[in-house]
Amino acid sequence: MSLPDLVLAPTKSTPEKPAPKIAIAGLTKTFTTRTGPFTALDGISLDIARGNFCTIVGPSGCGKTTLLRILAGLESATAGEVTILADDPTKPLNAMVFQGESIFPWMTVWNNAAYGLRMRGAPRAHIREVVGHYLDRTGLSPFADRYPHQLSGGMKQRVSIARAFATDPEVLLMDEPFSALDEQNRTLLQEELLRIWDEAKKTVVFITHSVDEAVTLGDRIVVMTAHPGRIKSIVEVPFPRPRQVLGLRRDPAYGALVFRIWGDLRDEVDRARRQEAEIEP
Amino acid sequence: MTLSPGTRDRLIGLASPVLLLLLWEGCARLGWVDPRFFPAPSRIAASFVKMASTGELWANLSASLDRLFWGYLLGGIPALLLGLAMGLYRPIRALVDPLVAATYPIPKSAILPLMLLIFGLGEASKVAMVALGVFYPMIINTTAGVLEIDRIYLDVGKNFGAGRWQTFRTIALPGAAPLIMAGVKLGAGLGLVLIAIAEMVGAQSGIGYMIWNAWQLMAVDTMFVGLIVIALLGFAFNWALDEIERWLLPWKARG
Repeated sequence: MSLPDLVLAPTKSTPEKPAPKIAIAGLTKTFTTRTGPFTALDGISLDIARGNFCTIVGPSGCGKTTLLRILAGLESATAGEVTILADDPTKPLNAMVFQGESIFPWMTVWNNAAYGLRMRGAPRAHIREVVGHYLDRTGLSPFADRYPHQLSGGMKQRVSIARAFATDPEVLLMDEPFSALDEQNRTLLQEELLRIWDEAKKTVVFITHSVDEAVTLGDRIVVMTAHPGRIKSIVEVPFPRPRQVLGLRRDPAYGALVFRIWGDLRDEVDRARRQEAEIEP
Repeated sequence: MTLSPGTRDRLIGLASPVLLLLLWEGCARLGWVDPRFFPAPSRIAASFVKMASTGELWANLSASLDRLFWGYLLGGIPALLLGLAMGLYRPIRALVDPLVAATYPIPKSAILPLMLLIFGLGEASKVAMVALGVFYPMIINTTAGVLEIDRIYLDVGKNFGAGRWQTFRTIALPGAAPLIMAGVKLGAGLGLVLIAIAEMVGAQSGIGYMIWNAWQLMAVDTMFVGLIVIALLGFAFNWALDEIERWLLPWKARG
């Protein structure tokens, strides 16, 4: 199929079963490469409920970033359909927190965080209030006039998070946002993310290669297979909210869950490694 | 006494020309160099003061500055816009790139006769020469500057709903700005070279004319005054552009 990838669907909900916020049906993505077609995603079907924090784990090269880019409208699907239910047509459908450095080096922290709102032509007073709020929540207010080269990696990712939250999107897409950070910073940012998320309970799709991170943050974990990307299993995370990142790790049930997901993932990681060895003999 | 490395560099930078001038002065006075070819710096300075007081110097300087100004503007702005468009849109790049690549290696000074043919002996041919000199480094650097922008920033723009003009203004222009500034500096230097050459042929004013006229009259002092003025102009342009860069690009980390 072709465009549109993102459909503003009419509400199909019934009293018993509300329509999912994100409905992914038979999503397939094939890239044309020099060595022939390459199937990155193969028939992904997944419903994500409103307000659900859905984490996706998978071995590297399983197409999880491609999946997110299709959800973000940055890539088109080869077949299948993605539907994001818009509650408020004035809001953006999605906002993405990118992997790696994605805040503009030529803008101050404030202007970076305000970027999405400015592009949407939001009124000035609104921008001042919302950006001020999220810089406050991410502890960046004292650095509002700094440029990115004066910030640490963790602070840059905070700006990226503030920028995404500030636009108040229908769904929030996060592509391994903490993967480049050291362990201490990662834990801190996970805590902050949970705190901010608890305010608005947005629907989130969060990609990670860390099982720990997936269990810590998610309501539901989707485990993907090695190439071509398919859904291997879906695991519900039973821990109540609000969650304490460190407190959670003391819980024996946490360890058991991480162990179980690792079990699902292990074969796939092995398979991914074998595939890599085949491609580069 | 301790000096900061910056101050020390500046002092050393000042010392070398001063030493050279002293050496030259000494050699000229002692007759070790032919003062008809290398008049003593003190004599050149005296000529400088005389020419400044009669207004001859200012008339020529302002004629050159006028041509430089229009040349920079008429060459630089189209180059900037075209370069941005080439960087952002592949078809435009495919269309314009071969033309730029094919005409760039032609020495601009070799085009002077053609420019005289097209624009005549008046102001237009001089302005056109400067414009040509600025155009190439600007368009090449601007295109490269846009192409160097990390793709992720364009994805960010798309994801947050930036339109075509907004992408131009908030991503392409600032992202390419450091290389654009480097192009402006290169172009400013080339503009000076070309204005001097252009004014030597068929001009009745300007620093280039002044130098050429002095050669014909064997007024060597005046010739040196012209050369020094061009050197000072180059130095002043570079300094001014450095300041402008600092002001325009506060986000560039400087070591």
